[in-house]
This record gives sequence, structure tokens and C-alpha cells, in this order.
Amino acid sequence: MTKPLSKAVLGLKPSGIRKFFDIVSEMKDAISLGVGEPDFDTPWHIRDEGIYALEKGKTFYTSNSGLKELREEICNYLKRKQNIAYDPMSEVVVTVGGSEAIDIGLRALINPGDEVIIPQPSYVSYEPCAILAGAKPVVINLKAENEFRLTAEELKSAITENTKVLILPFPNNPTGAIMERGDLEEIAKVVKENDIYVMSDEIYSELTYKGEHVSIASIDGMKERTILINGFSKAYAMTGWRLGYACAPKEIVKQMTKIHQFAIMCAPTTSQYAAVEALKNGDEDVKTMRDEYNRRRRFLMNAFKEMGLDCFEPYGAFYVFPCIKEFGMTSEEFATRFLEEERVAAIPGNAFGDSGEGYLRISYAYSLDNLKIAMERLKHFVEKLRN
Amino acid sequence: MREELLSIIEKNSRIDLKELAILLGVEEIDVANEIQKLEEEGIICGYHTLINWDKTSIDKVSALIEVKVTPQRGQGFDKIAERIYNYPEVRAVYLISGGYDLLVTLEEKTLREIANFVSDKLSTLDSVLSTATHFVLKKYKDHGTVFDKKHRDEREIITP
Repeated sequence: MTKPLSKAVLGLKPSGIRKFFDIVSEMKDAISLGVGEPDFDTPWHIRDEGIYALEKGKTFYTSNSGLKELREEICNYLKRKQNIAYDPMSEVVVTVGGSEAIDIGLRALINPGDEVIIPQPSYVSYEPCAILAGAKPVVINLKAENEFRLTAEELKSAITENTKVLILPFPNNPTGAIMERGDLEEIAKVVKENDIYVMSDEIYSELTYKGEHVSIASIDGMKERTILINGFSKAYAMTGWRLGYACAPKEIVKQMTKIHQFAIMCAPTTSQYAAVEALKNGDEDVKTMRDEYNRRRRFLMNAFKEMGLDCFEPYGAFYVFPCIKEFGMTSEEFATRFLEEERVAAIPGNAFGDSGEGYLRISYAYSLDNLKIAMERLKHFVEKLRN
Repeated sequence: MREELLSIIEKNSRIDLKELAILLGVEEIDVANEIQKLEEEGIICGYHTLINWDKTSIDKVSALIEVKVTPQRGQGFDKIAERIYNYPEVRAVYLISGGYDLLVTLEEKTLREIANFVSDKLSTLDSVLSTATHFVLKKYKDHGTVFDKKHRDEREIITP
């Protein structure tokens, strides 16, 4: 074939750290601190419900927007946890992971030339999804001195007359930053003044270690302009089940469901039955895992303190984001040498945007024993570099 | 802190105070004081080691013994339970609802030791009406720990 492939897709930047990924995949004996998924198994009662659904022969399509029972449980959950009331019949769509919700949400909102504001460092798919939807991405570089929170001033300075959507990725991957109610109220004010939509990716909402997570959709006047995205991967250790959801005003959900219907049909049925069980009886599991993550987070913060490595204290997700600027190397050089000399894989911060340069994403979705060995090696490495 | 402290040391009683303090986000002295209090209040009753005896060369067995007894006036089951748990070879004694009264466990004894205990000691007690002894054939899981479980990390080495 000689006819060119899609320009939009060809134009997507390949990951800036492809080279690092290639080296990592060659190194089978390395300790990894590089994953973005829980190390826990999906709790057994949830898996059992999936097995039961299969045994009962529940192997057909569900309705496009997802099992009614699941949508109802999602709404109960959001009411219970965030005090936001969504209508299960018209304001929820169950998706294939939070990632599909990002994609179809942007596609439902964007007209050519619209601008999507993306605070970075953040998850890698917002920018490509915005571009594929026909939008112009506008990046805000978040700052360490603000603990990587988004400030109202930063938002204001990024808004133009073409601004359509703000993506709000908190608790944040890769920094672990959170936004508290006060921070969100400031942002909400600017959003309402400028009449823009918010896509709030709250996939890590259950993993916060300083008070309860607050959704921007719970702030006055915000629900009607927010697409709230969440899912089961992080909270219930269900990454492989590929299940997430979006809640939004019914006009938006209607359009999202159209794309979902044509591209996907419906989210996996087995996973949906398991997810009902997760929402009904999973609170204790979430707490157990959160407590364990929190202990690891404290362990890492203490280890950094002891080796004199600069790191703001993150209160969300399962990542810490230490600063490695003192060593005069790029993130990628640091990560590559750390991997080659100490056999530990951690992701260079710039994989998540230019403002991640000078940082390293360390995941604590690993057992304490694993983290202990990794921190000994990091200490060794850091001391070697300093001498 | 109390509940979380207990849940940590229930799984790992060898963890030291320094690490406990880090994991709990408190001072070492506070952890030490809390542990002392828990011991004094009889909440922490001992620090044991979970052993999979099947993997040793020591050839011993465990038994669960159902016991029906006549409760005694004024003392209910407590007196007879005490008579039984005072035998050092008894690992645990529970008062049980349902078809029998006491569940007595013996662990890591020879068959003869268990037989002697049941026939000479347990059955001959005045209040004991009957016993039924069950031998453990294989232990799959004990104290929340699955024996013989090999955990491999099957995740990709890095994911965004």
C-alpha cells in the first residue's frame, strides 16, 4: 500500500522515553518500581462473583450504558462517598476502564479548534486523546513549590476564548498530588466564570492519605459542567478487568454512550457483575489496601529523608515523585544509570510531561520487603553520585 | 494507632520499634508505650511463630476433639474448660455453639500421645459425656497464611 495512514495518528508523539522502556524490557532481573497498578490480587469475593456470573452463563452483552444494577450501585457509591446525586438511568455510562471514558468524553465535547487544558505532569493519554478528538492541547506545567497542585492563577493564565475543557487529574499519577476542597473551590470559581467544562479523572479517589477525597463535581454549580471519571482498577485492584465509568449531565452522557455503543458495544459483562460485588461489599478491602499503601508511603518518605533526597510529601495515589535535580542529570539519564548500575527500574518524570523533568516516579505498589531492597540500592546510588 | 499497630504486629511480631514508628507515622516512644499498655491489658498475649511442621522431618499430627460435657451448677462450662486447658499438651479450647460443647485442639503430637490424652485424661473426666477425635490430614492455611503459596509478580515491569 502506498496511501498514507492517518495523519492525526502518525502525528502523535511517540513516548519521549521509548529508549528507556526498551532498555527496561531487556533487563529481566531488575527490581521494578515502575508499575501503575496495584500489587494486590482482586479480593476473592469479587473474583468469586465474576466466576459465579460465568457459571450462571451470564455471558451476553449488557445494555450499552452498562448493567442497570451496576449503574445504581455506582450512584449509591458516589452519593455515599462524595454526596453527589447522579441518575443511574441517564447520567452514567460504564466504560472499558477509565481510559475509555477519557477518550469518549473528550470526543463528545470537542469541536475542531477547541482547546483542552492539561495540567502536567499527568497520565500519558490525555494529550493524545485530546489531539485525536480534534482539540488543541494547552499544557499547564505544575510546580513543585505548589506540591504539584493546580492553582487558580495558573488556570487563568492558560484560558483563552477557545478554551473548552479543563482536565483535572487528581489524585495525580505520577506526582501523588491531591487537591483539597479549598483548592477545588478556587478552581471552580475560575471554571464557572469562564464557562468551561471539567473532566475530572478521579481513578485514584480511594487512595488518599489526608482526609477524604473531594470531587469537584460536589462543589456548587459544578456537577452540570463536569464529567466525573472513576473506575475499579486502583481502588479494588481490578486493572485486568478493564472497567471504569463516567458520570455527567445527561446531554453529555447521551453523546458519550453513542460513541461507546458504536466503538465498544458494552463493557465486559463478567467484570460488571464482579464490580457490583465490589461496590456492595468492598469497603473493607479498600481500607485494608489503603492502610498498607499508606505505610509504604511513610516508609519511602522516611527513606528519602534519611538519604537527603528532596521530595514533597504526596497524599494520594501510590506514587512518590522525588527531585533528582541535584545530580545534574536528566531524568532519563538518572533512570537509565539507576537501572544499569543498581538494577532498579523507576520511570523518568518527563515521561509524564516536560515539567516532570528532574523528577523520578517511584511506585509503591510493591511489598515493603521489595521497597526496602530498592531503597537500599537507591541510597547506594545516591551516595555514589554525591562522592 | 492501636488498631493499625495490632494489625501490623499480628502479621509480623518481629518488626522493630523504629520501623513501626515509621510505618505508623508516630514517635518510637509512643509505639513502645502503646505496646506496653496492650501487653498489660492482656490484649497482646504472646508473640508466636507460624510453623509449617509438615515441611520438617518431625513426624507428628494434629487433632480436633469435639467434647460433650455436663455443665456444672454455678460454674457453667468454665470449670470443666479449665480442667481441660490446664493440660500442657492442649493447644486451644473453645466453647462452641451447636452439636457439641467444647472444641479441644492438640497440635504436633504423636498419634500415641493424642490417643493417650483422649482415653486416659479427657474421657475419664467426670463431666465429659463423649468425645469425637478428628485428625488433621493436611493444613492448607493457618493464621491467615496460605502454606505452600508461591507468589510471582506477573505484572509488566513498567506501565504508565
